[in-house]
Amino acid sequence: MFDNFVVPDLLPAAPELFLAAMAAVILLADVFIKDSRRTVVFALTQLTLLGCLVIQFVTMTGEVTFTFSNMFVDDLMADLLKAVLYMTVFVVLFYSRGYVLDREPMAKGEFYVLTLFATLGMMVMISANHFLTIYLGLELLSLSLYAMVAMNRDSVASTEAAMKYFVLGALASGLLLYGMSMIYGATGTLEITGIGQLLMTGQANKTVLVFGLVFLVAGLAFKLGVVPFHMWIPDVYHGAPTAVTLFIGSAPKLAAFAVTMRLLVTGLITLSQDWQVMLIILSVLSMAIGNLAAIAQTNIKRMLAYSAISHMGFMLLGVTTGVVGGDARMALNAYSSAMFYVVSYVLMTAGSFGMILLLSRAGFEADNLDDFKGLNKRSPWFAGMMMIMMFSMAGIPFFIGFFAKFAVLQAVVAAGYMWLAIAAVIFSLIGAFYYLRVVKLMYFDQPADETPLVAPLDMRVLLSANGLAVAVLGMFPDILMIGCVLAIRHSVIA
Amino acid sequence: MDFQTLVFFFLSAILVFASLRVITARNPVHAALYLILAFFSCGGVWALLQAEFLAIAIILVYVGAVMVLFLFVVMMLDINIDRIRQGFWHYLPLGALLGVLMVVEMGLVLGSKYFQVPASEAMLPANISNTKGLGALMFSDYVYPFELASIILLVGMIAAIVLTYRGPKKSKYTNPAKQVFVKAKDRIRVLQMPVEKD
Repeated sequence: MFDNFVVPDLLPAAPELFLAAMAAVILLADVFIKDSRRTVVFALTQLTLLGCLVIQFVTMTGEVTFTFSNMFVDDLMADLLKAVLYMTVFVVLFYSRGYVLDREPMAKGEFYVLTLFATLGMMVMISANHFLTIYLGLELLSLSLYAMVAMNRDSVASTEAAMKYFVLGALASGLLLYGMSMIYGATGTLEITGIGQLLMTGQANKTVLVFGLVFLVAGLAFKLGVVPFHMWIPDVYHGAPTAVTLFIGSAPKLAAFAVTMRLLVTGLITLSQDWQVMLIILSVLSMAIGNLAAIAQTNIKRMLAYSAISHMGFMLLGVTTGVVGGDARMALNAYSSAMFYVVSYVLMTAGSFGMILLLSRAGFEADNLDDFKGLNKRSPWFAGMMMIMMFSMAGIPFFIGFFAKFAVLQAVVAAGYMWLAIAAVIFSLIGAFYYLRVVKLMYFDQPADETPLVAPLDMRVLLSANGLAVAVLGMFPDILMIGCVLAIRHSVIA
Repeated sequence: MDFQTLVFFFLSAILVFASLRVITARNPVHAALYLILAFFSCGGVWALLQAEFLAIAIILVYVGAVMVLFLFVVMMLDINIDRIRQGFWHYLPLGALLGVLMVVEMGLVLGSKYFQVPASEAMLPANISNTKGLGALMFSDYVYPFELASIILLVGMIAAIVLTYRGPKKSKYTNPAKQVFVKAKDRIRVLQMPVEKD
């Protein structure tokens, strides 16, 4: 019976294997490296991420490949999202480097090892085609993040944030698992493409499916951080060390988007009429509460946390409007607009938190809005960069955030939800207030803090590149948009 | 009644008795020891059902590792059993109601027509044991989740160390020979520091 053992095709999962092996190597290398030579660990981590990117492109086949008994899928959407993921983590680590070095408990090599394992978890989620791998990837990501939030262990705020994140995260994982078990009960399979095919035949029991779907959507909503499952976001963003906030706020959104697409669109598209209603409620509430609550914040990390909630709500509009009343003609535009939105959001959020890290230094966190006062007098160039980020997040033309919102709105209108589009525009207008307030503080107020910026050159260069990318991609959004359309057509629609 | 049935009743009787004693024993250490007995008898019942892997796993993992740790914790803590017992009759009606509710819910779920999945027909060939079958599956079809689970355990280990390890403790001692050579300027140092915000 077991004589015909076949070694699974490892090539599609080559980046994952490389990353896992390198994380183990770095973990061991860290033991033998003196504290003064900590840069070696940093360099090894960055080389690993670059190596993953190279391997990703070399092994790209342009076909949908399944391996590990259909638990792993490699398609264009996975390739594109993973490539963005490597670059995001690469940039995030450059931004965090100085901050981490200045804070003793975090200055160890474990920070980089945990980051790599979290990245591995996200890659597993992006490529998952099985409930089991989705869950394991999610846990790998979450466990690393819990530890990273608590890493600055002498800070009460960090410990509290980690505790809150841990308890609520465990609850959300429970919800997700419960939903998965219900769907397994109704279909008898855990494989997502298998579930999709089985549901097409209409044999499965609808009541049990919808019951499971509710829990599944609740679990996903928690991971995306949309209302009413958003309570952890402001506290965790605020309490976590800024370097970790930058990481949590950017890269995991890509993985959460991929899992949403795989579960809801690949697996449960026949239930679209049921989950559409849920997603519309979630997204309208998120845009309302996110944008309104952000106005009242004085801490910029909290403000960006509420802004994250509203952006994820906006992104969900794109996922919602793919199939209307069983008609899937709009699907390509809608899903690719959502993907474009999430990629551009990650780009903007990395830059914004990068700016907070730029203004921070040893013993001082620049996480209040007042710390941005008069930035123009201290550094006109970086004030300009921050202005680009804020304009882009507010959706002012012609930055990338504008096109992201525009594409999603187009999909919403094409699907016939006029009222939804109007609500989205109104909430975005309300949101523009607190983004523009940051710009006002930078340009029209006197600086409270005249200390010159101390960030290293590599960070300045990358941060400038990040800001310019937001501006340039805003002028030429087609480059990214074509990639998203290709990825969705290739991976999801077929 | 054949021998196997006899063994089954014997083990089950011990299992039921031990489980009852777990919740009725006054001494928490006794309760933990009865729980070990219950696990052990449970392992025996599974072995009778030819699930020898599960039987060994419960004895190795639960009896060998989890319960020893549990016993250790129970012995370390000073648990006042009488204080815990206070208000037992007061809470009994609520507890009983919840218990009955859970039984009803369980019955509804198990009896509902949605979850009547027919038992799997696939049987292992006679010459292949349960353990071998599980092992082969784990390293062929399920190798990917299996490796991921091991990485998760590794992350758990790293996280625990990161959050608790505070570096080696070096003992402090003073060298009297060096002490007598100390000068005033070694003891006090005047620093010029920039003013830090916060």
